[in-house]
Amino acid sequence: MPEQKPEIRKRNFNEVPLGYTFELAQKEASRCLQCKKPGCVEGCPVAVDIPGFINFITKGDMTGSIRNLWSRNSLPAVCGRVCPQEIQCEQRCILAKRGDPVAVGHLERFSADYERAYGTGELPPNAPATGKKVAVIGSGPSGLTVSGDLVALGHRVTVLEAFHKPGGVLVYGIPEFRLPKEIVTQEVHFLERLGVEVKCNMVAGNTVSIDELFESGYDAVYIGVGAGLPRFMIIPGENLVGILSANEYLTRANLMKAYKFPEVDTPIPHGKNVVVLGAGNVAMDSARTALRLGADKVRIVYRRSRKEMPARIAEIHHAEEEGIEFFFLTTPVKYLGDEKGRLTGMACLKMELGEPDESGRQRPIPIPGSEFELQCDFCVVAVGSGANPLLTNATKDMKLNQWGYIVADPETGKTTKKGVWAGGDIVTGAATVILAMGAGRKAADSIHKYLTWGW
Amino acid sequence: MFKIVRREEMTGGTVILNEIAAPLIARKAKPGQFVILKANEDGERVPLTMADSDPEKGTITVIYMVVGKSTALFKTLAVGDGYQDIIGPLGKPTHLEKVGTVVCVGGGTGIAVLHPITRALKEIGNHVISIIGARTKDLLILENQMRKVSHDLRISTDDGSYGHHGFVTEVLKEILENEDVKQVVAIGPVPMMKFVSKITAEYHIPTFVSLNPIMVDGTGMCGGCRVSIDGKTKFACVDGPEFDGHKVDYDELMRRLQAYCDEETECYEDYCTIRDAG
Ligand SMILES: Cc1cc2nc3c(=O)[nH]c(=O)nc-3n(C[C@H](O)[C@H](O)[C@H](O)COP(=O)(O)OP(=O)(O)OC[C@H]3O[C@@H](n4cnc5c(N)ncnc54)[C@H](O)[C@@H]3O)c2cc1C
Ligand code: FES
Repeated sequence: MPEQKPEIRKRNFNEVPLGYTFELAQKEASRCLQCKKPGCVEGCPVAVDIPGFINFITKGDMTGSIRNLWSRNSLPAVCGRVCPQEIQCEQRCILAKRGDPVAVGHLERFSADYERAYGTGELPPNAPATGKKVAVIGSGPSGLTVSGDLVALGHRVTVLEAFHKPGGVLVYGIPEFRLPKEIVTQEVHFLERLGVEVKCNMVAGNTVSIDELFESGYDAVYIGVGAGLPRFMIIPGENLVGILSANEYLTRANLMKAYKFPEVDTPIPHGKNVVVLGAGNVAMDSARTALRLGADKVRIVYRRSRKEMPARIAEIHHAEEEGIEFFFLTTPVKYLGDEKGRLTGMACLKMELGEPDESGRQRPIPIPGSEFELQCDFCVVAVGSGANPLLTNATKDMKLNQWGYIVADPETGKTTKKGVWAGGDIVTGAATVILAMGAGRKAADSIHKYLTWGW
Repeated sequence: MFKIVRREEMTGGTVILNEIAAPLIARKAKPGQFVILKANEDGERVPLTMADSDPEKGTITVIYMVVGKSTALFKTLAVGDGYQDIIGPLGKPTHLEKVGTVVCVGGGTGIAVLHPITRALKEIGNHVISIIGARTKDLLILENQMRKVSHDLRISTDDGSYGHHGFVTEVLKEILENEDVKQVVAIGPVPMMKFVSKITAEYHIPTFVSLNPIMVDGTGMCGGCRVSIDGKTKFACVDGPEFDGHKVDYDELMRRLQAYCDEETECYEDYCTIRDAG
């Protein structure tokens, strides 16, 4: 797929891949062998009918293609851009054996973008009203999926979102250059047109409790609040000025649009010599944001090696092309600062890989005496996130696991509290958009059954 | 939109009171909790501790000092205008307990935050002595309101234009010498809270303070509000905003409040100057 050139894109916030032309899309689509037993569908967590929607593109029936996608996946424009296709559908493509699988993600994106640009905007019909009311807490991919499914089945759906804008990680976390915010806005708009009511500035647990939702007439509640608690390194000096969690950094940049400061009022640090700790998608997004905010040098520091990096391969590749450096097998042990309390660098240790740990990856072990200093004036901590206890603390009668995630039935999303479902990152821990959507779909089925037949 | 139903200017227009229609928040708000306000689409999210709330009328009241770009924007809002977004109530409510004699110390706009806490402490049966201070008489706010909710009100101004000539800490010391004080509450500029805590530590009197670090979400999601309490990192928005005054690392808090001061200061001032507000 055509892309912005690295030396140009690393200083702007526009989307990196430019998208297929119709001709390119049809050419790519025609490579699909239309397997009888398609591996790609098995590789997809929500079992999108991949050969089916691709076949519509080959035939030039774009309405058919998007309808087919929607029947399994309500956010194709998002998933086409952010799913880790290389370990899902594309990995299972028969052509992957020869090293060049069909670009399923790119085609999915094309189909959704085409609908947005040229589609009729015609709404699929909703089922007759059931008179039942459902509250969905959190407007990330998981909450949006539940809402879309339930409103189509005739239920009244209200989404409660703590932030002032809906979309969850899709608006506050993933940057514009990877997922234009316009797309998320349109997806939410689409749900609103279907009849979903979106209420922002509602911190469930504080502004309203789950029991109060039931008292005020809701028949069921879905919790999709994500895994929004930032993890820090917990090493000396972490509160120096110039160290931000990735959540804070990306929220300032994306949700608050601080990259446009002073046109907008929210500031953001402009590091010149930047270190990002971690190697997942969040770390790549932070590093590439720092570059776009004018950094001279951006380094990723990761305690394991290249092959353990959890980020999407496409994003690692993009980051490298843009000139981001990688320090593998390295971990900071202490931040260093000046007399004004500002970050000046960090003391690091070299690591080597030992026996596999509980994640199945080799455990990194510090090498004694390998300490060295890394200079930097700004650091983003992107070493993972945990369960935010705000809502769960306020909901005493719902079971949590030892890490504070909500215990929910993997098949239905039912929690231990009657009438309450949960799914997405708040159940699984930080995962992916498509898994959060898959959980939302299963829960929607189960909520519908409950509203029809009982608990 | 959250409409402003009442607006007052104090101290010659540098301090503004807004009573705002926010029924869901008013229903739940307790003394010591805060809200986050955003005036318009491109505005900053600004945390302010509530000065009052009225569940019947469905309103909350905030009082802020005009110090930077965002508060200057807030100041332009008239009755009938509104804030695009307000979220809350956030943070833990004040822990209220009947202990005997309590001293409430307020400085600058901190007095606005102190007022509902003082009222609540008196209502549950404490003997309340309050000390409020400002740089000069014209900058002192809520004197009458504080008098109403205290058994005894003392005033101090840095320049001696009203009440004691000097700092609130000197008045506090005198009270601690003469009364059997069981608890102190201090809310105001960071240096004031720091010095009050230093004195009460000498007298071994439990003291709590209300901290106002830089915040983004106010729900524990970003960690921008982290403060060191007894050497451990806490998120002020969910673990606070009130903390044991003897355990706070005030110097770190002051440095963190100035995080954005060196860059193009025009828009960052809100936080930079908060430290010496009052
Ligand atoms: C920077 C970044 C990059 C990522 N990149 C990718 C990627 O490329 N591909 C991929 O598949 N996945 C990626 N992920 C992971 C993916 O975004 C998440 O797994 C997914 O968004 C989880 O969806 P969710 O619906 O469970 O929660 P979220 O998207 O986290 O949404 C939860 C929502 O609930 C709201 N909320 C929280 N508490 C409350 C409350 N008490 N009351 C009301 N609302 C509340 C939050 O404000 C938020 O809007 C990335 C994550 C991040 C942070
Ligand atoms: S303001 Fe973001 S965690 Fe406290």
